[in-house]
Amino acid sequence: MEKILQVKDLELSFHTFGGEVKAIRGVNFDLYKGETLAIVGESGSGKSVTTKSIMRLLPEATSEFKNGEILFGGRDLTKLSDKEMQKIRGKDISMIFQDPMTSLNPTMPIGRQITEPILKHQKISKDEAKKVAIDLLRLVGMPKPELRMKQYPHQFSGGQRQRIVIAIALACNPQILIADEPTTALDVTIQAQILELMKDLQKKIDTSIIFITHDLGVVANVADRVAVMYGGKIVEIGTVDEIFYNPQHPYTWGLLSSMPSMDAEDAKLYAIPGTPPDLLDPPKGDAFALRSEYAMKIDMEQPPPFFKVSDTHMAATWLLHPEAPAVEPPEMVIERMKKFPGSRYYEGSAN
Amino acid sequence: MAEKLVEIKNLKQHFNVGKANEVKAVDGISFDIYKGETLGLVGESGCGKSTTGRSIIRLYDATDGQVLYEGESVHGKKNKKDLKKFNRKMQMIFQDPYASLNQRMKVMDIIAEGIDIHGLAKDANDRKKMVYDLLETVGLNKEHANRYPHEFSGGQRQRLGIARALAVDPDFIIADEPISALDVSIQAQVVNLLKELQEEKGLTYLFIAHDLSMVKYISDRIGVMYFGKLVELAPADELYENPMHPYTQSLLSAIPLPDPNYERNRTRKAYDPAVHNYVDGEDVKMREVSPNHFVDCSEKEFAEIQEHLAAKK
Repeated sequence: MEKILQVKDLELSFHTFGGEVKAIRGVNFDLYKGETLAIVGESGSGKSVTTKSIMRLLPEATSEFKNGEILFGGRDLTKLSDKEMQKIRGKDISMIFQDPMTSLNPTMPIGRQITEPILKHQKISKDEAKKVAIDLLRLVGMPKPELRMKQYPHQFSGGQRQRIVIAIALACNPQILIADEPTTALDVTIQAQILELMKDLQKKIDTSIIFITHDLGVVANVADRVAVMYGGKIVEIGTVDEIFYNPQHPYTWGLLSSMPSMDAEDAKLYAIPGTPPDLLDPPKGDAFALRSEYAMKIDMEQPPPFFKVSDTHMAATWLLHPEAPAVEPPEMVIERMKKFPGSRYYEGSAN
Repeated sequence: MAEKLVEIKNLKQHFNVGKANEVKAVDGISFDIYKGETLGLVGESGCGKSTTGRSIIRLYDATDGQVLYEGESVHGKKNKKDLKKFNRKMQMIFQDPYASLNQRMKVMDIIAEGIDIHGLAKDANDRKKMVYDLLETVGLNKEHANRYPHEFSGGQRQRLGIARALAVDPDFIIADEPISALDVSIQAQVVNLLKELQEEKGLTYLFIAHDLSMVKYISDRIGVMYFGKLVELAPADELYENPMHPYTQSLLSAIPLPDPNYERNRTRKAYDPAVHNYVDGEDVKMREVSPNHFVDCSEKEFAEIQEHLAAKK
């Protein structure tokens, strides 16, 4: 498969009054053409910062690329000038933000907001741009698009506004679409519609999507591959089946167990104890070790490297080291593993 | 079942009454909340679930209908003493832990505000001790008392919100989307805390949320709201196994589960209010289709549901 974006050894810090916050501490991943990569993790894990650094949306005065590169179309995005970046942003790579209430300009009719990137990046007339915009609105399922073009954001519901934001993001047929929690602010029924819409559009225009969320249900629904982030690093990456049915990192175990399941009657929900690490002074070893019941001595001293589980699946935990003791994952995770051929708990076909 | 703690009778909450832009946020709902249970209230935004919660605790004056707490009406004129007495019994936890704590007050004073108003502390030392105990109850420690809200994470702030609600020793807590603004791993911590507190203190909860999987986990019974009306009310398991109202079915079919195989096969049902095809004047109301399972339906639909249930057995 064709790699469309490569993030290599990315390290990024923020300079604050309290000192240097190491928000991203060595992130590596590739994005393939036409796939959806979901990035999951709790707030402060660095998932939004990773994508904002791809878009170069971080304040230059306080943030600094320490190391690494972001390769897109043979160019390193971390080194481009603002002018060059403006040509890419909104055209080749575009973004959908979390809150549709604040990401639209309340003083501009939505028609103008949709034509804005089109006029900026393509050499076409205003009338033609308008036609494109109407088509886009129709594409995202907005009834009476001609009429709606002249209306202002406050005249739309939350779900409709998110559709408009998607229309703007898709205006120039981007190669990469970054969606930062696009459905978190929406209701389940509206969320389902937006997810269906995004999947539909992806099929039509073959965009690659980076989907950030903390809702594992949404991940299971949209993702082809999943990257789990913790403390500024990716701790596990693999196909959606591998992450959900054969997870290897204790943090992924914790995440999966803390979701209530619909059928099981559990006495107590599993809660990952403690709070995320302070990235002003990141832990020396495995960032998750302090919250993990599986932590070993080496976890406190050395950060684990990536261990290969399969060709598509890697996890950064010392538990995968050949000399590590064999541990039992939580029961809920074993239940999942029973369904996955290739895991050590596999019990025959899931159906 | 246990005794009724709160009775909501035909509660209506309309805004801008008499004007062109009148909104019927809550339009005649009735249900009971039993002592010691957790009643979940779900529905999409704008369906009136938060308004219901706020009307029950008298943050709004109800347009019509009654809310009875231990047989006494919540609304209507009250003198200061009665109001105080009532305020001690019912407390609320709000959705946004960032907006619901006063940024200019120290944690000590935020939590002790209720204690001060009701004069629950004997002296300054007692007040301090009460706050320290509350902080411990919600999993924080006493060093936190001298900090400001901005020094806390979202999950910790929500714990402060819970401590503040517990300060006056209430029996009934309305939790309006208490976990929506939190991360998954932190959500579990807060939900576990709420459950533990319920066991310890015998609290009764009205839990308002749109995250259906969490609601099922925490609730004993669940009410589903649609456009200001309650459309279905049933024990949590029953609702998930046998959803009868088409809106409930649509809502349940929209929840994504953390299971890729299930997700690939899930089909979503859309809800169109037109399916009911009610004739004018048809008597549509909550009817009990099986024990403790109420559905908003017409006589004809009621017969159909009964038939369906009989066929299932």
